[in-house]
Amino acid sequence: MRNQQATKLLFELSRPGCEATVLPECDVPARPIGELLPAEAVADAPLPLPEVTEPDVVRHFVNLSGKNMSVDTNFYPLGSCTMKYNPKRNERLSSLPAWADLHPYQPEASLQGMLEMLWHCQEMLSEIAGLPAVSLQPAAGAHGELTALFTAAAYFRDHDPGRKKVLIPDQAHGTNPASAAAAGLTAVEVKSNSAGLVDLDDLRAKLDETTAVFMITNPNTLGVFDPQIGQITKLVHEAGGLIYLDGANMNAILGVTRPGDFGANMMHFNPHKTFSTPHGGGGPGAGPIAVCERLAPYLPTPIVVREGDGFRLDFNRPKSIGRVRSFFGNVGVLVRMYCYLRTHGAEGLRRVSENAVLNANYLLARVKHFLPVPQGDRCMHEFVATSSKLKAEKHISTMDIAKRLLDFGFHAPTVYFPLIVPEAMMIEPTETESKATLDAFAEALFRITEESHDLLAEAPHTTTISRPDEVLAARQPRLAWSPEA
Amino acid sequence: MPYIPNTPQDQQAMLEAIGVGSIDELFKTIPDELRLGRELNLPPALGELELTSHMNALGAANTPAGQTACFLGGGSYDHFIPAVVDMISSRSEFYTAYTPYQPEASQGTLQAIFEYQTLITQLTGMDVSNASLYDGASATVEAVLMAMAATRRTGRVVAAGSVHPEYRQTVKTYLTNLGTELVTVDTPKGTLSPEQLAAAVDGQTACVIVQQPNFFGCLEEMAALAQVAHDAGALFVVAVYPTSLGLLARPSTYGADIVVAEGQALGNPMNYGGPYLGIIACREQFVRRMPGRLVGQTVDRRGRRCWVLTLQTREQHIRRQKATSNICTNQGLFALRTAVYLASMGPTGMRKVAELCLQKAHYAADRLTQGTGLKQAFDRPFFNEFVVRVADGQVDALVEKARQEGIFAGVPLGRWYPDLADCLLVAVTEKRTQAEIDRLAALGARG
Repeated sequence: MRNQQATKLLFELSRPGCEATVLPECDVPARPIGELLPAEAVADAPLPLPEVTEPDVVRHFVNLSGKNMSVDTNFYPLGSCTMKYNPKRNERLSSLPAWADLHPYQPEASLQGMLEMLWHCQEMLSEIAGLPAVSLQPAAGAHGELTALFTAAAYFRDHDPGRKKVLIPDQAHGTNPASAAAAGLTAVEVKSNSAGLVDLDDLRAKLDETTAVFMITNPNTLGVFDPQIGQITKLVHEAGGLIYLDGANMNAILGVTRPGDFGANMMHFNPHKTFSTPHGGGGPGAGPIAVCERLAPYLPTPIVVREGDGFRLDFNRPKSIGRVRSFFGNVGVLVRMYCYLRTHGAEGLRRVSENAVLNANYLLARVKHFLPVPQGDRCMHEFVATSSKLKAEKHISTMDIAKRLLDFGFHAPTVYFPLIVPEAMMIEPTETESKATLDAFAEALFRITEESHDLLAEAPHTTTISRPDEVLAARQPRLAWSPEA
Repeated sequence: MPYIPNTPQDQQAMLEAIGVGSIDELFKTIPDELRLGRELNLPPALGELELTSHMNALGAANTPAGQTACFLGGGSYDHFIPAVVDMISSRSEFYTAYTPYQPEASQGTLQAIFEYQTLITQLTGMDVSNASLYDGASATVEAVLMAMAATRRTGRVVAAGSVHPEYRQTVKTYLTNLGTELVTVDTPKGTLSPEQLAAAVDGQTACVIVQQPNFFGCLEEMAALAQVAHDAGALFVVAVYPTSLGLLARPSTYGADIVVAEGQALGNPMNYGGPYLGIIACREQFVRRMPGRLVGQTVDRRGRRCWVLTLQTREQHIRRQKATSNICTNQGLFALRTAVYLASMGPTGMRKVAELCLQKAHYAADRLTQGTGLKQAFDRPFFNEFVVRVADGQVDALVEKARQEGIFAGVPLGRWYPDLADCLLVAVTEKRTQAEIDRLAALGARG
């Protein structure tokens, strides 16, 4: 009984005089506003916001929620995004007043439980990373990347100011080069070889005395652990550079290998991927980073330190890059992460990765017969299939398949990424899906590859809308509702 | 393991289908010498009941603001949140979805963000809002980067000393790496003087950043400051406190080019500082320099109105190092919360909240400074926050005594402003009662 009706916009539901919230009368002696504020500072008209009642608001947004696919309603194998189940206990605990109703500037004596929890987050992430120092401040993975690059840049300003080049594999997430640019560094692309791994000759050719950082995603965006990683880190370190590990794919290696142990000098975590904090329709996430000893003094301020039985914020960090945002960090996300880590423990985290890798390999084994997987028969937590053969033979594109999957009740995989695989379809099942779900997905995918071009070209057929005109959206941008439109 | 559905039998069947004997074989691409070879050293696993007890025990060492009379502000405020906001944002169809890459399966999130964008344009008077950024500080940074790109000036950025110090610190971190100078104009009288601003801007200044009301709660002379910025060819970047816009003039009316805000006040919990919501809105002409996600209206193949992510050629996944920003997500769930909040409040509710804040803050300022020995540090008009000067060296003692009596008295300013080391920033929201304000005043009177 899903609501299939076209939903009006809030603004079209507005009726003058409707109110959803009634506020108390003022309990202090009120003075004329003209006495308190200069006339030019006061608005001359009420805000043009919609006027709706509480039942209007609730029915409107609850009906909207029914127009989403989500992890709680559908299999969501969006590669590189680790759309795993979001535990409800973490939602409940993190929203308790003892955790959510805390002001960022309240006295530390009234925050000892919070600071202790955050200190344990620092310690646990350090252990998982194999790197000694952690900053919980960054607000998202891309923000963590940028913060780590700021940290490296500050380190090189002190030690070797000529180093401004950041080497990035061609298959990397777009945030990597964008972060390098935002940090005032120059991004240089390193090629992948035919196996989808870093081309060592190209890397050697590009390493020099101006190299600051080599950014690597390992396991990489093809879902392959680069076995050359020991050689890569040796080459980069010998050239005087630092290794940045993009931690997007940590779900494959928890408790199996640690970035610090394979040579990374800094990394970020995506708690909204690896540690199952909700993606929220596009955030909030968090992007804590871990770094090696020599970069530690440059991390953002503050960090939590333990003193005897108590905990406090340390602001006295003279070499720190400063701040990358206001207040401490995305703490509500970190509380959920803490709950997740405490629920699993060491063995539990290792099992998470083992089952994520098992699920991905199983799905790969099920689909490779009808959708080629160029990287071969094995993967870590995700793999990249290609429909280029179908495209050539039947004019069926990856986009057609993605859209048709929606009709079968499955969210689409990540499509057309990484850029080095044509007609790419990046599939990440995660460990929280059952064999039965994976079987059903593989079955649907197979059926789709047998369907007619005409059926697929018009897919999806069962969603609330068919394919939107994205060209129109970009050519004549309408980014807000207006009464006359 | 609570969240792994496969049984040992399932796992066996899967291994056979893959053609390997054990899960360990799947990890053989990781060289042995790089393996951890031991379990991680982490605290033992807890079941749900044990975890709940643990979090309650640990949480007992925190004092939630709701158990106190909270007069803390400085960018995060104890406003009332209607139940509908929590109810809607706890719909897991919203919170367990991701960025709406597949519009056909994400119309709920897309329409909600389009509504959020519209509500923000209504609130600020600006032409365009994006789908949100991380927080007020990161929104300020992104506004600065937009201004540098739009003006093609990278020499200097000028900020009032009365802009939130953590926003300025964040801007400084970013600009240090880009080689752009951040010039801060001191505000010893509580607001920025247009003359002093005029002396600080030059022909290489990309923008001027001013906050309204400012960090001290004071109202700046916005039109005059905007004129100075524009005369120098710089953009006028304004950080606003959204709650104040129920009463104060919208930034579009006094010449703002880019408006940013911390959206926490609009229906989001204080969360010890995050996650929050970075609001950014601008004039039409800068839309293609906007960072982050934008949702636009279009039609589907059958001509039905619908929404998509749009103008993506600005973004990192297409432009890579040439993108307008490295940001790839928004704060979707908090944008949703804010949309529900603004819809629930409407024009009348926003006006009433702002009036309650204004009246109660002025009552509090009077009570705190009459016969107590405390003085207001600045004589400027203010909205719902003000600075009081406490007797020499007594700020920390006052804050601690208040805490012990269940009052969060205010934010000591010495951390950021050595000249204001004896000062406390006091914020009063619609939630504070006359009785709570009187208790705070009594405490101030005892000194």
